[in-house]
Amino acid sequence: MAAGPVAQRILQGDRRALARLISDVEEGREEAREVLRELYPRTGKAPVVGISGPLGVGKSSLINQLIQQLRTAGKKVGVIAVDPSSPFSGGAVLGDRIRIERDPDDPGVFFRSMASRGHAGGLSQSTRDAVRLLEAFGMDVVLVETVGSGQVDVEIHDIATTRVVVVVPHLGDEVQTLKAGLFEIADVFVVNKCELPGADLAARDLKELATLAVPRDGWVPRVVLTSTVERKGIGELWSAVREHESAVHEGGGSSEVLRERAEREVRGLLQEKVEQLLQEELLEDPAWARLLDRLMDKEVDPYTAADRAFQELKRRL
Amino acid sequence: MPEGKGRKSPGAKVRPIRVLIAKPGLDGHDRGAKVVARALRDAGMEVIYAGLRQTPEDIVAAAMEEDVDIIGLSILSGAHNVLVPRVLELLKERRAIDVQVFAGGIIPDEDAARLRKLGVKAIFGPGASLETIIQTARDLAAKRVARV
Repeated sequence: MAAGPVAQRILQGDRRALARLISDVEEGREEAREVLRELYPRTGKAPVVGISGPLGVGKSSLINQLIQQLRTAGKKVGVIAVDPSSPFSGGAVLGDRIRIERDPDDPGVFFRSMASRGHAGGLSQSTRDAVRLLEAFGMDVVLVETVGSGQVDVEIHDIATTRVVVVVPHLGDEVQTLKAGLFEIADVFVVNKCELPGADLAARDLKELATLAVPRDGWVPRVVLTSTVERKGIGELWSAVREHESAVHEGGGSSEVLRERAEREVRGLLQEKVEQLLQEELLEDPAWARLLDRLMDKEVDPYTAADRAFQELKRRL
Repeated sequence: MPEGKGRKSPGAKVRPIRVLIAKPGLDGHDRGAKVVARALRDAGMEVIYAGLRQTPEDIVAAAMEEDVDIIGLSILSGAHNVLVPRVLELLKERRAIDVQVFAGGIIPDEDAARLRKLGVKAIFGPGASLETIIQTARDLAAKRVARV
C-alpha cells in the first residue's frame, strides 16, 4: 500500500508526527489505523524486549542503562513505559522518565509513557501499535516496560519477542516462583539490586525454576544478576536478550506460537468491532434503558435480559 | 467519571488531558510539584512527572515525545527569568507553540507580568489553591490549538 502523508512523516523521522500518532493510537482513532495499515509491512523485524516486574524493582533504572548500552553500540532505541491509571479518577502519574539520563537532542532515542487507561485488552493493542510505529520510525530495538504484580500481568507476552522479568532479593520464597503468571513467561530473569544480601539465593531459586521449565524454542530461561547503582550486569543482560533473539530466529520461531499470537490480535480487534456494534445497535436504543429499568424493578433477571438483548441483536443483523 | 475532552464510549476512547510537570534548574524543592502532580492525577489527568534538575532542552524534548497538552514548570530558585523564556523559545523553534505553559513557585509580580507577556499562560504563587490549578489546566487544555 502506498504511504500517505502521515506515514511518510513517520518514515522520514518526524518526531512530532510520531508522538501525535501514538496519541491517536491510544484513542483508537480510525485515522491511526489507516497509517498502521500502511506501515505494517515495515514492521515485525526489530527485537521487542518486554521488561516486567513488580513496583520498585528497578525496571526504569535498568532501561536507562540499557538505553546507554544500546546507544554506545549504535542502536536506535524506542521505549514504551506503561504505568497504571487510577480506577477512581482515570488519571495517572507516569514517572518512569525520572530515571532516564540522556541527551535530549539524541534522535536515536524515543521515550513514551503510556497510562493503562483501565481498558481490559485495549492496552495490549495500543502498546502493540505504538511498538509498530516506533519500529517503522526506524528504531532498531523497542523496550516495553510494564508493571507486573508477578502473578497476573502477562499482557506483554504477545507483544515482546524477548520477555525479561525483573525481581530483587527477598521478594518472597521459592513458592512465589511456582505461582502461575509472570514467572512462566520469562525468557530472561533479572535479579536486580544484586549488591543487596540474598541476591544469590534469589538467583538460585530462579535458576532451579528455569531448568525445570519446559523449554520454548529450545530455550532455557537465563538468570542474570544486575546492579544499576554499581552499573553491573547490563552487558550480560543484553547478551542474554541477544542470545534469546537468535535462538528464536534459528529455531524459525515456533510458527504455531506465532500463529496463536496473530490470531489473538485479530480476535481482539474483532471483539472491539463487536463491542462497537453492540453500542450502536443496542446500547444507544431506548429499549436498552427500559430493559435495565425492568431489571432494577426485578421484573426480569439478568440472564433473561441478556438473552433478550442477544435475540434483538441477531434480529437486527 | 474519567476526566476528558468529551464523552467516553467504547470505540471512541477519550484522551485524558496530558500534563508534563518538571522542575527546571537546580533547586531541589519538589514538594510543590509533587502535590500538583497528584492533584492533577486525582482530577483525571495523565501527569508525566519529569522530576528534578531538568534543562529546558530535556523538558521540551519530553513534552514533544509525550505529546502533552500542557507543561507545568515549578521553580523556586529565582532562575525563572532565564529558564522559562528558554522553554518558550525552544517550543517556538520546534513549532510546538500549541503546547500551553504554566509556572509555579516563587515568582515576583513584575517577573510574572514579563513571563506572561512572553507566553506563559498562568503563574501560581504560594497559596494558589489546587482547585484553581486544576481548573486552569482544564481551560488551557481546551484551548490547545486543533491538531494539524
